[in-house]
Amino acid sequence: MKLGGWGRYPLIDAKLKSPTSIKELIELISWGNAIARGNGRSYGDSSISKQNTICMKNFNRILEFDNKNGLIVVESGVLLSEIISTFLYRGWFPKVTPGSKYVTIGGMVACDVHGKNHHKDGSFGNYVEWLDIISSNGEIIRCSRKTNSEVFNWTIGGMGLTGIVLRIAFYLHPITTSWIKQKTIPAKNIDHAIEIFEENLDSTYSVAWIDCLSKGNKLGRSLVMLGEHANVSDLDSNMKRDPLMIKSKTKIRIPFNFPSFILNYFTVKIFNYIYYSFGKKKNGYKLVDYDTYFYPLDYFLDWNKIYGSDGFAQFQCVLPLKNAKLGMHEILNALSFFKSNSFLTVLKRFGKQESYLSFPMEGYTLALDFPITKKNIDLMKKLDEITLKYKGRFYLAKDSRMNSCTLEKSDIRFKKYRKFRSSEMKKSFSSVQSERLEL
Amino acid sequence: MSKGAVLIIGARSDIAIAVAHCFAKEGYDIQLAARNISSLNADKSDIELRYQVGVSLYDFNALEIDSHERFVSLLPKLPLVAVCAVGYMGVQAENERDLLAAVNVMRSNFEGPASILAILANHFEQRGSGTLVGISSVAGERGRAKNYIYGSAKAGFTAFLSGLRNRLARKGVHVITVLPGFVATKMTKEMNLPSKLTAQPEEVAIAVLNAVKKKHNIIYVKKTWLLIMKVIRSIPEHFFKKMKL
Repeated sequence: MKLGGWGRYPLIDAKLKSPTSIKELIELISWGNAIARGNGRSYGDSSISKQNTICMKNFNRILEFDNKNGLIVVESGVLLSEIISTFLYRGWFPKVTPGSKYVTIGGMVACDVHGKNHHKDGSFGNYVEWLDIISSNGEIIRCSRKTNSEVFNWTIGGMGLTGIVLRIAFYLHPITTSWIKQKTIPAKNIDHAIEIFEENLDSTYSVAWIDCLSKGNKLGRSLVMLGEHANVSDLDSNMKRDPLMIKSKTKIRIPFNFPSFILNYFTVKIFNYIYYSFGKKKNGYKLVDYDTYFYPLDYFLDWNKIYGSDGFAQFQCVLPLKNAKLGMHEILNALSFFKSNSFLTVLKRFGKQESYLSFPMEGYTLALDFPITKKNIDLMKKLDEITLKYKGRFYLAKDSRMNSCTLEKSDIRFKKYRKFRSSEMKKSFSSVQSERLEL
Repeated sequence: MSKGAVLIIGARSDIAIAVAHCFAKEGYDIQLAARNISSLNADKSDIELRYQVGVSLYDFNALEIDSHERFVSLLPKLPLVAVCAVGYMGVQAENERDLLAAVNVMRSNFEGPASILAILANHFEQRGSGTLVGISSVAGERGRAKNYIYGSAKAGFTAFLSGLRNRLARKGVHVITVLPGFVATKMTKEMNLPSKLTAQPEEVAIAVLNAVKKKHNIIYVKKTWLLIMKVIRSIPEHFFKKMKL
């Protein structure tokens, strides 16, 4: 069957099996070239193996929860949305969440996802206590920072190539309300946006939507959105009645592939203009529910269809702090030069990151969406070059098109990763992405 | 506060687990009964943690008829609802050659389920309340060359449920027959099922919960099956016997 990632590019003819028991899972691993697939929300080909894609949706049980310290043990196919719907109203929330809640916990480990609080709290891996991994010989290995630490460290952010993660123990974080105090600050241009981020490093959450089509002294004008978990005292009397309320919203399903001309340079430019002007007026604090704040795109089911039937690619890089301003200028100028129609552009400040393979580093990350066209593919190659020039690196969860040479130049850690991956491991676990990047 | 207990027999099937989730979400305690019950430990914690209800596990073998009375008497409380999801399809070709295999399929789909529901029916009758749910099959609506061993046993079970419903209708006990059609489960994993006619176990579970609440008698999960079975039943035998269905 044809399998794709969330970007639906590339679509690949692949064998997909959905084992229902550990025994079946181990049997499948013995076939070799195995890769685990969660909810298929990585953008490219990370969770696809032509010969042996293993769907983990049947491993979706919550096994333990300690309501004293928030430690939860789950099977890797559990969705983050299920964790939230089960534990939010009991006063617990994930410490780190990506921009969609329809991801599996296994996927969150493999990509070592980050959230809007990375500058303060780091990536998801920081909150993982231990993992159970099925290795190439079919053994289940419990690993943590203390025992089997090498396997543990390479698995966090290792894109599923060290083995199949079966169980995960991680910490949830106590909260008192399901609301976020959001403050929107308009930034005139990219330099101003970076200044705002630097002035607000103590804010728990921060992220910026960025108008990547504005030019000149408005280059990279943005809306920086800061957020804090609201306390009960911040709520009005109506909300106070049920401070941990989970609003159930009707989701909108995108019914079919939009024709690809809908998102063009001009429509995106108009959208950006309206969105920025509107956001500028909202300047100041307001209370928003957690769903709106963390998962605005989840409101549209299948939103990936707005890019048309050819699919789209995400480009996400991070530039080190000292090069961020210059590098971001160059990237934004390139976007402008190519008249790109990146619809959803997000800028975010990262904090320090100490782990073997995780994507973040202290600096600034920019995420861009591109419908698949020849022009955009050329543009992304250009962006690869700029990222390399400024000593940045790339997020493999988003990647569908980079070559191994670019990866190697950007990130020497992958050299060590190749060494760590024994020949047995390489035979047992591989994805279309790992083959492309020669991991 | 728990609303009472729901007993699910044949609990290792995908439909059974989905039914357990559905009722637990409504606040019922869950009793799961199946062979090799310790394999459901993870499901027990999962359901308890998700819905904050009690889940208890019981070893139960549908084919050991002698043990059924004792099994019911050992339950800590008599359930409000009992769902029987016991079933075994076997391989038709093998069933045609191997009589013991065929008998095993017949016993698993008719004798075993009927026996345990008969005992529960008597207890429910005595109490004067309760709902019994039997997961039967559209395969029992008319025997076809492809799966008539399985189908004949399900036909027996369907008739049994119908009779039981008739007997208990005025005794405060309700009986529901579920004819799910194709369902995407472990049992049908290797079969190539048409997706429009195939229900997910969760859909079956929602239909069961709904039928219990609204006291429906016979339910098809996907409405199309009602029509399909009407057509299949109405084909004259003269033509039917030559058809490949």
